[in-house]
Amino acid sequence: MAVKKYDAGVKEYRETYWDPDYTPKDTDILACFKVTPQAGVPREEVAAAVAAESSTGTWTTVWTDLLTDLDHYKGRAYAIEDVPGDDTCFYAFVAYPIDLFEEGSVVNVLTSLVGNVFGFKALRMLRLEDIRFPIAYVMTCNGPPHGIQVERDIMNKYGRPMLGCTIKPKLGLSAKNYGRACYEGLRGGLDFTKDDENVNSQPFMRWKQRFDFVMEAIVKAEAETGERKGHYLNVTAPSADEMMKRAEYARDIGAPIIMHDYLTGGFAANTQLARWCRDNGVLLHIHRAMHAVLDRNPHHGIHFRVLTKVLRLSGGDHLHSGTVVGKLEGDRDATLGWIDIMRDSYVKEDRSRGIFFDQDWGSMPGVIPVASGGIHVWHMPALVNIFGDDSVLQFGGGTLGHPWGNAAGAAANRVAVEACVQARNEGRELEKEGKDILTNAAKSSPELKMAMETWKEIKFEFDTVDKLDVAHK
Amino acid sequence: MSDMQDYNSSLDNVESRKFETFSYLPQMDAAAIRTQIQYIVDKGWNPSVEHTEPANATGSYWYMWKLPMFGESNVDNILAELEACHKAHPQNHVRLLGLDNFAQCAGTSMIIFRGQPK
Repeated sequence: MAVKKYDAGVKEYRETYWDPDYTPKDTDILACFKVTPQAGVPREEVAAAVAAESSTGTWTTVWTDLLTDLDHYKGRAYAIEDVPGDDTCFYAFVAYPIDLFEEGSVVNVLTSLVGNVFGFKALRMLRLEDIRFPIAYVMTCNGPPHGIQVERDIMNKYGRPMLGCTIKPKLGLSAKNYGRACYEGLRGGLDFTKDDENVNSQPFMRWKQRFDFVMEAIVKAEAETGERKGHYLNVTAPSADEMMKRAEYARDIGAPIIMHDYLTGGFAANTQLARWCRDNGVLLHIHRAMHAVLDRNPHHGIHFRVLTKVLRLSGGDHLHSGTVVGKLEGDRDATLGWIDIMRDSYVKEDRSRGIFFDQDWGSMPGVIPVASGGIHVWHMPALVNIFGDDSVLQFGGGTLGHPWGNAAGAAANRVAVEACVQARNEGRELEKEGKDILTNAAKSSPELKMAMETWKEIKFEFDTVDKLDVAHK
Repeated sequence: MSDMQDYNSSLDNVESRKFETFSYLPQMDAAAIRTQIQYIVDKGWNPSVEHTEPANATGSYWYMWKLPMFGESNVDNILAELEACHKAHPQNHVRLLGLDNFAQCAGTSMIIFRGQPK
């Protein structure tokens, strides 16, 4: 057995943490960082510093290093790659032994991987592009409370995307007026209505009255249409205790689905709620407020595909994914990549979609992507084509802004989605023939005809800020 | 307000009841139904016919008409079973499902005959 001696002082990180000959183990957690170093610092040294500072290392040698087997616990930078089309930064690949992390804790993994290291002075900027969670770690996490198939069976929705609507104005409605807006949308043909993310329990509408009036709306709309309906009751709260209190009340009044903001509410609260949802048979919709703070800068932060993996492990049945075509940021290929990460049981490395590692999810349930934000009926053909059946298409303004009201707006979207699904099943090309398909469907739906006239000029054609690096070439 | 159209739907009016996928579109003609059945076959799903009294349509379980048609890929045979079910239960709703045994979930479900609501 090799004996090590204590030698105080500052060592170069690469002596310990740069290991280009290392072959990652199947059980390692792998990470890909996009590193923008300070001028003059060699790539290997910076990559090693990232590995060190996100695992066992600190800036100086300490005698207690010799009380353990650092070779077993340390992270290793094992590869470096150019970033296509950008010389200011490079990719560093780091392997972490699974024993570094508490089982079933995305909190613990992130505290290491995106902890102190992001403030490290030798770096100008740092972005966590992707994580490979080994199946051995995936199996320690609870995951989505129910998953796609179970939700379809609970809600009795088959063979098409589900339709939702976020109630507007975001803030300021009384509970009774709010329930009216929900009822009108649901009776018109929506499957779900949704609390906006910042609707919690403000003085203008306390949570309990909102839950009660919305539940009345669901019950009546179900009786009227003969279809199953839900509303994402937002239980995001100032404390986890308060969150649980609201979740329990939602269950007690028969709500099929509740909602949480996993970034502002926190990962620990989210994991707790997801476990409770599985035990109590309540579906869980996840909103992602604050994500753009973390994921929009191409050189610093955490890519959304990582936040997606983290949510799937922490638990949620729905997650907002971006729309590609609406008012909010989202590169098409990158979005397709993280939609696969949400739904599939095995995702292959695919740099053209920004996916750096194979990811095996085993039997962990999938998450339904939710497309929401500035979409209207003209986007329907593209949305059905991009997202497929296992999705929720969510039209807020695109439902409530209909000149004849929410029920008509809902019916317009429902007719449009069904017409697109029928056409797709017939083998027609939705994005090419979209106008014909909708125009034909509108012949028997005055609501759709009016919606098409109302929104025909609205487009959101701004360039994407965070492009895939392959697109820079 | 004169050019605004009312949304005509109510508890009283049984015509307000819907049947999930495709029930917001006009009744499909025979050719369109054939195409949708072909889609189920092409997906590799197992066709299954179910029916129910209109009053009991909201539950998860309708009556199965025989067993699911495992491996059936002939559209005419599937149509014949739908017709036979309809003939035996003319007052009932009849739906066709495509059962996906890999997902362990229906891949699709569509109403073929609407029963006589009471």
